[in-house]
Amino acid sequence: MNYSILIGGAAGQGMDTLAQLLTKSLKRYGYFVFKHSDYMSRVRGGHNFIQIRFSDRQVYTYEEKVDIIYALNQETIELHLGRLKKDGIVLADRALSDDEGLLLLELEETAKEAGNSRAMTSVGMGAIIRLLGLKPEEALKVIETTLKDSIVEVNKEAFSKGYEMVEPRFKVEQLEEGRILIDGNTAVALGAAAAGCRYYCGYPMTPSTTVLSNMEKWSQELGIFTEQVEDEIAALNMALGASYAGVRAMTGSSGGGIALMSEALSLAGIIETPIVIINVQRPGPATGLPTRTEQADLRFAIHSGHGEFPRMVISLRSAEDAFYQTARAFNLTEKYQIPVILLSDQYLADGEITVEPFDFSSIDIERNLHEGELPEGRYKRYLLTDTGISPRIIPGKIEGKVILLDSDEHDEYGNITESASVRKSMVDKRSKKGELLEGEIQEPWIIGEEQPDNLLVCWGSLFGPVKEAVQLLQEEGFSVGALAYGDIYPFPTKLLKKGASSAKKIIDIENNSMAQLDGLMREFALIKSDEKILKYDGRAFGVDELYNRLKEVVE
Amino acid sequence: MDYTILIGGAAGQGIETVVLLLEKTIKRSGYHVFTYKNYMSMVRGGHNFMQVRFSDKPITTYSTKVDMIFAMTEETVDFHIGNLKEDGLVILDEEHHRGQDYVHLTLQSIAKEIGNQKVVPTVGFGAIAKYFDLDLEIAIKALGETFKGKVLDLNIEALNRGYELVQTQFSLEKKKDDRIIINGNQALALGAIAAGVKYYCGYPMTPSTSVMSYISAKSKEMGIVVDQIEDEVGALNMALGASYAGTRAMTGSSGGGFALMVEALSLSGILEQPVVVVNAQRPGPATGLSTRTEQADLRFVIHAGHGEFPKMVIALRNPQDAFYQTARAFNIAEKYQIPVILMTEEYMTDYMMTIDPLDFGKITIERSIADKPEGKNERYKRYKYTEDGVSPRLIPGKIQGVEILVDSHEHNEYGNIDESIETRINMMKKRMKKLEGLKDELKEPDQLGDENPDILLVGFGATHGALLDAVARLNNDGMSVGALVYGDIWPFPTKLINKLGKNAKKIITVEQNMTGQLESLILEKTRLEIFDRILKYDGRAINGDEIISNLNTILEG
Amino acid sequence: MTCEYNLYDPSWCPGCGNFMIRKALKQALEELEIPPHMAVVVTGIGQAAKMPHYIGTNGFNGLHGRALPPAIGIKLSNKELTVIAESGDGDTYGEGGNHFIHTIRRNVNIAHFVHDNQIYGLTKGQGSPTTAMGQVTTLQFDGVKIEPVKPLALSLTMGAGFVARGFSGDVPQLVELMKEAIQYKGYAHLDIFQPCVVWNKVNTFQWYKDRVYKLPEDYDYTDFNAAYEKSLEFGDKIPTGILYKVEKETYEDRFQFIKDGPPLVDAELNPMDAEKLLKDFY
Repeated sequence: MNYSILIGGAAGQGMDTLAQLLTKSLKRYGYFVFKHSDYMSRVRGGHNFIQIRFSDRQVYTYEEKVDIIYALNQETIELHLGRLKKDGIVLADRALSDDEGLLLLELEETAKEAGNSRAMTSVGMGAIIRLLGLKPEEALKVIETTLKDSIVEVNKEAFSKGYEMVEPRFKVEQLEEGRILIDGNTAVALGAAAAGCRYYCGYPMTPSTTVLSNMEKWSQELGIFTEQVEDEIAALNMALGASYAGVRAMTGSSGGGIALMSEALSLAGIIETPIVIINVQRPGPATGLPTRTEQADLRFAIHSGHGEFPRMVISLRSAEDAFYQTARAFNLTEKYQIPVILLSDQYLADGEITVEPFDFSSIDIERNLHEGELPEGRYKRYLLTDTGISPRIIPGKIEGKVILLDSDEHDEYGNITESASVRKSMVDKRSKKGELLEGEIQEPWIIGEEQPDNLLVCWGSLFGPVKEAVQLLQEEGFSVGALAYGDIYPFPTKLLKKGASSAKKIIDIENNSMAQLDGLMREFALIKSDEKILKYDGRAFGVDELYNRLKEVVE
Repeated sequence: MDYTILIGGAAGQGIETVVLLLEKTIKRSGYHVFTYKNYMSMVRGGHNFMQVRFSDKPITTYSTKVDMIFAMTEETVDFHIGNLKEDGLVILDEEHHRGQDYVHLTLQSIAKEIGNQKVVPTVGFGAIAKYFDLDLEIAIKALGETFKGKVLDLNIEALNRGYELVQTQFSLEKKKDDRIIINGNQALALGAIAAGVKYYCGYPMTPSTSVMSYISAKSKEMGIVVDQIEDEVGALNMALGASYAGTRAMTGSSGGGFALMVEALSLSGILEQPVVVVNAQRPGPATGLSTRTEQADLRFVIHAGHGEFPKMVIALRNPQDAFYQTARAFNIAEKYQIPVILMTEEYMTDYMMTIDPLDFGKITIERSIADKPEGKNERYKRYKYTEDGVSPRLIPGKIQGVEILVDSHEHNEYGNIDESIETRINMMKKRMKKLEGLKDELKEPDQLGDENPDILLVGFGATHGALLDAVARLNNDGMSVGALVYGDIWPFPTKLINKLGKNAKKIITVEQNMTGQLESLILEKTRLEIFDRILKYDGRAINGDEIISNLNTILEG
Repeated sequence: MTCEYNLYDPSWCPGCGNFMIRKALKQALEELEIPPHMAVVVTGIGQAAKMPHYIGTNGFNGLHGRALPPAIGIKLSNKELTVIAESGDGDTYGEGGNHFIHTIRRNVNIAHFVHDNQIYGLTKGQGSPTTAMGQVTTLQFDGVKIEPVKPLALSLTMGAGFVARGFSGDVPQLVELMKEAIQYKGYAHLDIFQPCVVWNKVNTFQWYKDRVYKLPEDYDYTDFNAAYEKSLEFGDKIPTGILYKVEKETYEDRFQFIKDGPPLVDAELNPMDAEKLLKDFY
């Protein structure tokens, strides 16, 4: 079973709070929930809407068609009426429409009766819970624990009144629960905190800002230093300083902010200082669409920074993936002393989803700092070794040893050198680390059949919509399977080659216009896709759209 | 005939002076000259050396082996003696006692007699001039272009004294000289000036700085604003402003400076603002090797900037290319309203080469600016949808009643912020459509050697000279080998390489980077199989000799 | 020739100071009789930076922190255009800090209007370079821990020839200040207080109203020391008006061919004009 509720209105009408309450409540009623927000780049006015989907099995994305539309303004009704399912309901205040086909209630009046017209959305919430056929207790508890004390009573009263105003129209049972409700950015921050990240600096940039503000929130409690810096150039340079001094450090941004970090990324490559950077992608170029979603920075992430140095790029596929991969990123960056770039996107960052509680006990922290004896004499920060990885120590920890880093080409001590042979050996050393990393990269997740007739390829947050679409197609009897890339550079090719050898069709699905994953497949595996399903309108794939477009091309 | 003189010493000793005098004198005696320059990143001390190669035939690369070493320091001898030909000569000051195989000259004591230590290089130059029986008049004229007044007199004396020190060994017959001698950055600057650039802003960064300083020197004469800006982030933003206001604008940097321009590059993509940006490559990452050479920014430049937008990337192959392609870049940038990035390399920015005089008559200036707004009294649509994706472009302040709005957000045809799905899709399509027109104008890579070779070498940018030399010599020896050297490199032209690649038995890439970036492009765009690769990434330029020896190793192995 | 400026529907919150600033801008440009096609508003990113979309001038809405470089490029290319650089305090004093400092050094003839609401508006309430120390924000949960920038003192110290402060709550004064800034031959720094009704609950309209006072008629704005003192006055009383105004040579006047010649954009372009340069290479 599967329901979707859409709440729409102008910014400032209380939609966010209502959605938060509803989402939490539905989760407490035992459902798998996915909340997706669509908002404009403004602080007041305009049109925003939020969709909450819930089901008795894990859901990863939103549906185009919805069961209930709760319209806070008239524009919402006009814009979204076409999306209503067959037995769907449009709920609105009586003042907004004459259409008797809609469920029009005296929501504002009722709120006034309860004590405050601003509690109108709680009246609506009460009505929705009743329409679904659920009991009120869980929802009331959520209101109690979420809202400020001063307004709890009014809202509970408003909720109850709303509850009484309607009769159940759907039959939703209460189930067992024990999951958490979380969004992608918070999951990333948790992963970082769990992995011992104690330095996070950044500059506010939608949609990456909430990683920073989460870290800031836990700052006192966990002892994490956070800073809003003057610009993104400073952010990465500062984080590298912290990492040099021995603290696990991270920074993040989006689009243009990441672009400003290109020079310092190259710096990270030559000084071989560990760092984790997150790019929460949004549509570009330049300022583009600040509050929308896209995955068009893949090639940019892989090649950013002048000169050549090894790096790793990991695209985050779901909120769960975000937690574990972020934690893993810290181990990898310290093991190989290379920068690790995480690619998320607005859709994943802001989408709230129910997942199994994260298992913090499964996180290992492997600092890979040198323990034991060091050779006599001056410390060689860039000691040439078989693996290319030099033993790393922290300044101020070992008497008699100082650590010199340098952005020029350097010798083993870190001193400037121009010698041709030293240059060559240093480039080879650094590159060896990248080769070694290739042995550790994870192949993409397999969804559905391993060697299907129709092989789908995707990366990052496309995982969710693709997983659901594959399920639907399999149910209809198609031979279909998908590879969802997480680790994406160095580019894993084993499963791809295996699947491609027997597939009749390879279908590339991406949220960009240039099919960047397809380019990687050609370059590293000499495999090209037969069909491409590309979306670059600033919105994510809902399950319906992807399913329909796939139906057109699958064999 | 083919001769190479190596001059080496510490920074500050005047090596450049000797080289300059030699270049001019030999060139004006009618010979082709190619000077390979090697600097350290120091202002005083260290070891720098230059190799002046000259011949009666055109030269496009340097020789590994040299005929003469003129050493200003003793360590010069130690560094380079291994490259001296068997019958080669080493000249150095008498104070360095190196035995009878060396030519010891009283350079310092002569200078002392003349009364100025700084004329030591000129004394040496005088000696070398005598070795080759160079015309003293030509030499003195060259001196007169470098020195003035009393200093000139001292240097003329030094020249004569040096001349008297030795005997002529090879007599260079004087021939007609109608060429120019120039380096890549000078040629690039000339190309920009010819194309009507009126605004250059930049930040000093080796090896791009000399483009800016050349244009700055001509600023008054040619009416060009040159602004040394506070940082590279500002540089490209400023150039975009100038371009918006209707002037041809340009900026340039190297590695790290270019990295700071990446956000503004994305800006130029969405503003659809023409601009030309130079990346004079040097070895990275980060500060890397400031005065050395590499071509390791190819993928970086191609994918620079977040989001997706059309851009063109041209790799400059030699000074002629630097002149003509730069001028062409401005026309293309304005025609398609895209950023055009020119990639050059330290090697080419510094080496001096004799070439035919650049033909300014071949340069055309095509502004692609619309005459008037379409439709009376209608608000101007800066981003009007058109069939080919290129909107008619007007300049602010020129037409009464017409205001021009450009915007870094996604926008509608007027340039106003617009978040709708329809507009987003249409605008993305519009911008990317421009690439199709551009693809028709792309120039295929330069084809060298055999028309249909068994062995196909592929390279890009400044390896052109070395490939030209290597392929000619190998063809001469009977090998079926040819080369494709890319200039226009993004969008990536694939016709020629597909044609030759299908028939070739082995495709071997030649690059000055470690990860084989051109190779990765070939794989991605053609999926041709690459047999092997010749990669040099120690900060020094590859030459014809090295390509030949590496190729032989590959073919034997 | 009509000098009326069209206005378009903004996405600013009701009560935002930007509305008043836009009103003053329109009035100033119209009173100065500058035709719309000759005016350019160059902005970075933020709510203030959306100005070019909402008033019918030429517009260049670029990157965050990067309004000044393009503004300079535009002015140098066509000295006949009236160039106004405009953005918020975060964009100008934070992300664009380096350009702020060095633009003043040049003294290009542009007017620089900074919408100073002492908070980040568009990105929802983080501290900005002019937010007070200790103020709690949506990101600095236990208060800002660094001292604010002193923008007027900074521009004075850097040698700006025109330094002024306005307030969105006093449109008549703002109109006059804008006119003066636009007419001033050189870089004109006008910092404009405005309340951010949604995100800044400290520096509200009333807060500003209670503190701002106009500099008296007899105030000598050629006195640097007096100006410097006034620029640091930021407690119970904050002065508005022109703090400092002296004549200085502009950057563009130091390029002979720009000063004496036609606008750069009108220069005739002919490749053969450059051929003479080849002589140095023979």
